[in-house]
Amino acid sequence: MKKSRDDYLTIFFIAIAATYILATLALPMYAILSKSIENKEGLFIGLSNYKYYFSNPSLFYSIYNSLFVSIITTIISVTLSFMFAYALTRSCMRAKPFFKTMAMIPILLPSLLAGIALIYLFGNQGVFKALLMGRSIYGPIGIIIAEVFYTFPHALLIIITALSIADARLYEAATVLRSSPIRTFFTVTIPSAKYGLMSACFVVFTLVITDFGIPKVIGGQYNVLAIDVYKQVIGQQNFEMGAVVSVVLIIPALLAFIVDRIVQKKQISILTARSVVYEPKKNKTFDLMMFLYCSLITLFILTMVGMCLYASLIKFWPYNLSFSLKNYHFDLMDGGGWDSYYNSIKMASYTAFFGTIIVFTSAYFIEKARTIKTARIMMHLLSMMPMAIPGMVLGLAYIFFFNNPNNPFNFIYGTMAILVICTITHFYTVSHLTAITALKQIDYEFESVSSSLKQPFYKMFFSVTVPISLPVIFEIGIYFFVNAMTTVSAVVFIYGPKTTLASVAVLNMDDAGDIAPAAAMGMMIFYTNAFVRISYVIITKKVLVKFQQWRTK
Amino acid sequence: MKKIKSLFLIFAVLLFSSVSALAKTQLTVYSAIEAEDLKKYAATFNEDHPDIEINWVRDSTGIVTAKLLAEKNNPQADIVWGLAATSLMLLKSEGMLEPYSPAGVDKLDPKFRDSANPTSWTGMDAWVAAVCFNTIEGEKNGLPIPTSWKDLTNPVYKGHISMPNPSSSGTGFLDVSSWLQIFGESEGWKYMDALHENISAYTHSGSKPCKQAAAGESSIGISFAFRGAKSKADGAPIEIIVPTEGVGWDMEATAIIKGTKNLDAAKTLADWSISLKANQMYNDAYAVVAIPGIAKPVPFFPENLVSSMIDNDFDYAASNRSSILEEWQKRYDSKSEPK
Repeated sequence: MKKSRDDYLTIFFIAIAATYILATLALPMYAILSKSIENKEGLFIGLSNYKYYFSNPSLFYSIYNSLFVSIITTIISVTLSFMFAYALTRSCMRAKPFFKTMAMIPILLPSLLAGIALIYLFGNQGVFKALLMGRSIYGPIGIIIAEVFYTFPHALLIIITALSIADARLYEAATVLRSSPIRTFFTVTIPSAKYGLMSACFVVFTLVITDFGIPKVIGGQYNVLAIDVYKQVIGQQNFEMGAVVSVVLIIPALLAFIVDRIVQKKQISILTARSVVYEPKKNKTFDLMMFLYCSLITLFILTMVGMCLYASLIKFWPYNLSFSLKNYHFDLMDGGGWDSYYNSIKMASYTAFFGTIIVFTSAYFIEKARTIKTARIMMHLLSMMPMAIPGMVLGLAYIFFFNNPNNPFNFIYGTMAILVICTITHFYTVSHLTAITALKQIDYEFESVSSSLKQPFYKMFFSVTVPISLPVIFEIGIYFFVNAMTTVSAVVFIYGPKTTLASVAVLNMDDAGDIAPAAAMGMMIFYTNAFVRISYVIITKKVLVKFQQWRTK
Repeated sequence: MKKIKSLFLIFAVLLFSSVSALAKTQLTVYSAIEAEDLKKYAATFNEDHPDIEINWVRDSTGIVTAKLLAEKNNPQADIVWGLAATSLMLLKSEGMLEPYSPAGVDKLDPKFRDSANPTSWTGMDAWVAAVCFNTIEGEKNGLPIPTSWKDLTNPVYKGHISMPNPSSSGTGFLDVSSWLQIFGESEGWKYMDALHENISAYTHSGSKPCKQAAAGESSIGISFAFRGAKSKADGAPIEIIVPTEGVGWDMEATAIIKGTKNLDAAKTLADWSISLKANQMYNDAYAVVAIPGIAKPVPFFPENLVSSMIDNDFDYAASNRSSILEEWQKRYDSKSEPK
């Protein structure tokens, strides 16, 4: 069959997208792997770096500690979010939208802020210090509480999806068979949500084991793998060792990713066209209990954020509790001052703008094109890869790849561009999946009709696909924006003197002992993200309705 | 007509200002001075040299040193302004400094400049170790006020002391190197073994222990006098203690990095960094500066501080820096998390 102009354009665009992912992910990863088997002079030395690293007894503490906090956090976070999701989907309690919104708050904060909140709540001058009964918040206790706070909404979103696809027929059958509610819970509810639960476990586990912000702030002397990478690279400037620890850190993250992919595939197949949507029935005691539980969790989340807000406005904690804005004078602190905040906004806007264009266009070709099927499948797999790479590892890989004088793109090192590219790649996968899911919902007939009318696909793309997909395009943009504002892990290695960022400033101010200003900067990030989120809700309600009227018809 | 004229004027001004912005020399300056001083130092320098724009890269002493060493073959910094002299001595021995005697170098106290001619580095001021003691927390926890370094090993202080990690913090390193000089090598390590039992956390930066003590997060912070004075001025309930055995100190110093593309601008900054005006600026916060006889007393500084400064052997500290740090890490860093 002769290829049409559209086919050539498709091939061209897929090639561009593939080159982009290869250049921003595969090549840097190759650079980090090869760095881990080189010495300081860049000569090949086989596995000696690994031998040296594994001969150090403190490493095993780090591995043990990393696994310990990750597993405990996973158990607590998934249990709590399962109960919360259960309340939202299976009860008739009041104020469901309110609870759901409150539960999403941690996503809008840099993870470090959870650690800072705990210092104020449970530190040596903490408001609720007595609750710890003499134990120190600095260490595993603090890490686990903060990580649960940070991972809660991520787990919750996955489990809500899993619980909302319940098949009412199974529950009817259970009632008819006179199964007790508890039995029904364990024989119907849990099995039908099991893939969602497993997926949530892997996501939380990966988030915790690759996070370094929280252990840095509240970990005290408790070392974890992610901290080791940071210490080797920033503290000792020993990049080869940093590369070695990174490779060690990829292994659990990669394993979790692969298992999660397998599990996700299975989840789709349990929904059939004959399923009947489950509607919860009223039950006064149960609804009240669920309401109380959700209130408790919401109270905890609001206390964490409220504490940071309060602490950022206090003149001199804990000896002078009068209010002042002195902690917002960032120019007198480490981290780059107010410029960091403006840089972050710039970086997040660029990331949202270019990221959305790149992700949505390439998802469109992968999903809707009719030619080069194998290449498109390959491209889809490539788009899944960024999720398996921890942010710190990606950032370190960028140093090796882009700071190499022989790299033609060396000039972007230390600029805003490298931060934007790195952040887009870091958060590529989730945006890609969102775009693909949305595109799948648009009927393929559109493409067939437009091509039989001899219309070029881009006309169709701009006049039908984009307007229909506007809500999801905005959703992707906001996802990029919010994450670019809060991320620390990838960018901490590649920011330059003129591109300091707010999230990194939080880290540096905490390092210098300026905890209240760090809380203040964290709150600035929160206000910005909350503002963007709320504006989005208003825009979708008022403006986008125009484009979406067809949905209600 | 008037309008057109004024428009033209505005346009000319804009054009001129953008041209002058372009013409500014961009100077990458590595530094470990306190973050709150960065803007002040740059602005005071720009009063005399508005054509040079300073781009700061600031971090703790150990990190700036490690960064410079790591970039040895591809230097990113033009000049270092405000880094421990012991670190600069190390860089000099690696052949990374551009020898240049700034104008007026002979006015400096001989201790505050490289003994070679031309000099490779010049000092700015001395920063001196001190202990911050939170009186409110001390009373609450029943802690006696310590007066000497040896006092800090008293088991009563267990878990109440924080100190900077010497591999990242210059203050931490001058503490460790001064203890090795005061007590001698083997006694010094024995002293640190005992002290380690009482330490609650080794921090990344040298100011954090004092800020923690100021905020009551710990009761005692091993830090430096400048930080203590600042926190005290902010209203923190702390006493700045000068241990009776004497206190370690180091110089903040300036040096041009060999291979800089902005040598002229770097020389301008090096000249300015030892000027009388610069020294008076350093004196805002530091009691001892490089030009002798001009320093005024600094508010909230302990009176006996200057007389307690030990006769620091900088050659010893600089040439043994990496072996001291390695030994320190072996003893305390990997031991920091026994499980």
